[in-house]
Amino acid sequence: MSNRTSAAISASATLAIILAIYIAGALLPESALRANFSQKGLPPSFEHLFGTDFLGRDMFVRTCKGLSLSLSIGAVASAISAFIALAVGLAAALGSEFVDYAINWFIDVFMSVPHTVLIILISIALSRGAFGMMAGVAVTHWVSLARVIRGEVMQIRSQQYIAASRRFGKSSLWIARHHMLPHLMPQFFVGLILLFPHAILHESGLTFLGFGLPPEQPAVGVILSEAMKYISAGAIWLAVFPGLSLVVLVLLIDTLGHSARRLLAPREAQL
Amino acid sequence: MRIEAKDLEFGYNNNNNKNINNKNINKNNNKNKNKNIISRLSLTVDSHERTALIGPSGCGKSTLSHILAGNLKPQSGQVLIDNKPLPKHGFCPVQLICQHPEKAINPRWKLGKTLTEAWSPDAQFLEAMGIEKAWLNRYPVELSGGELQRFCIARALAPQTSFIIADEMSTMLDMITQAQIWQALLRIADERGLGLIAVTHSMELAKRVCSRVIEFESLME
Repeated sequence: MSNRTSAAISASATLAIILAIYIAGALLPESALRANFSQKGLPPSFEHLFGTDFLGRDMFVRTCKGLSLSLSIGAVASAISAFIALAVGLAAALGSEFVDYAINWFIDVFMSVPHTVLIILISIALSRGAFGMMAGVAVTHWVSLARVIRGEVMQIRSQQYIAASRRFGKSSLWIARHHMLPHLMPQFFVGLILLFPHAILHESGLTFLGFGLPPEQPAVGVILSEAMKYISAGAIWLAVFPGLSLVVLVLLIDTLGHSARRLLAPREAQL
Repeated sequence: MRIEAKDLEFGYNNNNNKNINNKNINKNNNKNKNKNIISRLSLTVDSHERTALIGPSGCGKSTLSHILAGNLKPQSGQVLIDNKPLPKHGFCPVQLICQHPEKAINPRWKLGKTLTEAWSPDAQFLEAMGIEKAWLNRYPVELSGGELQRFCIARALAPQTSFIIADEMSTMLDMITQAQIWQALLRIADERGLGLIAVTHSMELAKRVCSRVIEFESLME
């Protein structure tokens, strides 16, 4: 089996699993989350795969809902972040020397601030909740992808076919759109997918610390912080299974990102 | 039409060359200011003559071609076409054909798009250039250097072009391809009355193709 085939198989398999998690979580009815006091505190069994919590809610259902919520927040946050990176990277490489200098300075500033702190601050300033967290993650995560894109543009703007295009009277915008964007797309998509796990982990982390989603939402962060109270009482399944599922989801997305890189940008994947 | 270069001055290490802003290089450069690759160069070429520009490797022929086509800005002096400077925006009437066609063509575009980037040639023109229809649907890696060079020439021969600079355009091709490509280019240049500057090492080629031969060194004072 060629490298390409195996990359394609692994990419489509991981994508299918991720989509299945998302759809399952989105389709589950609210009624499945209802408290059932006759079933509270049950350890994992075939009926309740991840056990039930102290309100009698099925933990498997809650985890699915939570992962699905994480996926949609992660998707929006990393998409916004990647678009900021694309715009900033193009502007830095194609604009005047001053613009490039200013943007590089901003990138350095963003990199020097620990971004967990920055996300917490932004999230609180925007009254927490899903919106505050998406904004926080989007605003802090574009820097490294912006650097990659700037470098790529710098490299191809000196190519002869760009100079030829200028002599044919094409504008800088036309050249960016037709010559550069197709060249940047692989980097852009791979960068976008690899931002995803960051966004999801920050979302859960912030919610766990209490700066993110409100406690009534079935987020993984909420589940984990609730579980803290019951671990000492022996109900470790409340933390272990949701936590493991989060790790598995992040690993799946990471695998998807690396298979996408092998497919779209094989030269970079070899490095 | 006439292309005129007056008192050109160009060095790759100079201050106003944006790509290199290393302070040390600039300092050195101030000490030996006369080390520019092109210094006080003047040249006039009319569009009714075919001019060959001859000189040894590394003497600055390609740099001069890039300045004449407007790719590089001279540090002083100017390039005039019919007494007007080269246009900053829009189609440049001086078109350059480079030595390596595979670098002058976007590897991610099908050749049909490359061909029509500047203008839309008709079927008759493509036949005269020896470009086959089937090639338009292929990517540059699927064609040979000679075939790609035909595309570079074809797209440079837009109706707005009045001068062609062929910078070693046939050096890396075999004899038969060289002959075919030169024949196609010369026929169209004659039909349209285009000016031609052929940059080359080869005196034989220069004598065969051109009506006037200029030694590069003789251009600088």
